[in-house]
Amino acid sequence: MSRNSADVVVIGGGVVGCAVAFELAQRGCTNVTLIERNTPASGSSGRCGAGVRQQFGTELNCVLAREAVRIFERMDEYLDYEPSVEFRQSGYLMLAFSDHQWEQFLANVALERSLDIDVRTLTCQQALEIVPFLNIDGMVGATFCQEDGHANPFHTTFAYARAARRLGVEILTHTEVTGIEVENDKIRAVVTDRGRIATSTVVNCAGAYSGQVAAMAGIDLPVWGERHQILITEPVEPIMGPMVISFHHDFYCQQVPHGSFIMGIGMPGEPKGYNMHSSVDFLEGMARSLRQLLPPVAQLRVVRQWAGLYDRSPDAQPILGECPPVERFFNANGFSGHGFMLAPIVGVIMADLVTTGSSSIDISKLDAGRFARGELVLEPAVVG
Amino acid sequence: MAEREKSPDDNIVICRCEDVTLAEIRELIAQGYHTIDEIKRVSRAGMGPCQGRTCRQLIARELAIALGVPVEQVEMPTFRPPSRPVLLSTIARGEADE
Repeated sequence: MSRNSADVVVIGGGVVGCAVAFELAQRGCTNVTLIERNTPASGSSGRCGAGVRQQFGTELNCVLAREAVRIFERMDEYLDYEPSVEFRQSGYLMLAFSDHQWEQFLANVALERSLDIDVRTLTCQQALEIVPFLNIDGMVGATFCQEDGHANPFHTTFAYARAARRLGVEILTHTEVTGIEVENDKIRAVVTDRGRIATSTVVNCAGAYSGQVAAMAGIDLPVWGERHQILITEPVEPIMGPMVISFHHDFYCQQVPHGSFIMGIGMPGEPKGYNMHSSVDFLEGMARSLRQLLPPVAQLRVVRQWAGLYDRSPDAQPILGECPPVERFFNANGFSGHGFMLAPIVGVIMADLVTTGSSSIDISKLDAGRFARGELVLEPAVVG
Repeated sequence: MAEREKSPDDNIVICRCEDVTLAEIRELIAQGYHTIDEIKRVSRAGMGPCQGRTCRQLIARELAIALGVPVEQVEMPTFRPPSRPVLLSTIARGEADE
């Protein structure tokens, strides 16, 4: 191990940890060590659905997502990365299958438009102009935002990791955090299976394992793993532009630039845990939902299915910011399925918090203390 | 980064599904991608319809040579189902119709 002390230790080499490490270094805070148990993007980042959207139902989520999209739009230049993070703004088409859902969508659209997010409502016929083979049986309407889209999670994570390294960040792979030394509510060191790193500051970006990391510092953090599954088809010619989402069916599906369709459904009753095996009942449920909503896509072959973990929090919203009583223990976790799409702006916010104590976007509502205060954040627009 | 030396077998296609050459694999190893999973994630080698049946072993061998370890010590990625591509409509039909 080359460093035995660091100004900041970032725990977790997913896209969030790598973005935080890069943004810290950008601000001149280069004595940073990032610790990753396996390799960058080997956990949830490398298993995610790759979507990036701004259509949310709370102002804060809309603003965070909008600012993340602004960074994705110029990410290759921003991180000086070749080949590319492959960000494509091919849109998100969100389907409503009940009047109640439709009313919620109308409220979301009003909110989003007030925040400068270019989203519009569509009739079923207009939705068919975007995805001609969509089954609109029972559908009430849809909303569409062309500026939503997707990026390659591997390249995005590697781009941040590489840029961070270039600025002097030390990235330790195959290294596991085994303890955090805290004295009188001050952090003294992070201990790993390969040595001890003296530090005053920790950023906990350990995804579904963030609860365990917090416990090492004596903090009770309600974050747990929840399995979600995905499959991908053989590649074909481009026939579908946007990500298609139906909350009613707990369903999403997108054709990626490579030509494959990537898709997932929520599986009710998934227990808390760290199971990352894929299941046959997901495959069957997915195939049935697909045949119902996008019939021609069911004529493709599934090439691969896999599972990954949501880092779930009690209200399925991120936990961001310092975590009293321990000083300078920062959380950036609990994303509950939206970590990849928010990572660019979370990197900025966390680096601002760590280096200056405040951030340009007020994220105080997303602190870990909200659960004890009973101030949960309720986001109506989530899948799974 | 130092220029990697050219080799006569550079143009050999290692992953036929995703069209990845031996030169590209060697370049990625030189860039610091030292596991099969990382090489797969950055190059798509092994993500095609055959799921890495051929290229996985060849990439393992390249890694073993580059890192100076026996090939058995190169960590194999997990196998992900199905073992062969299957029509989704067939899977959907296998269920009782709702």
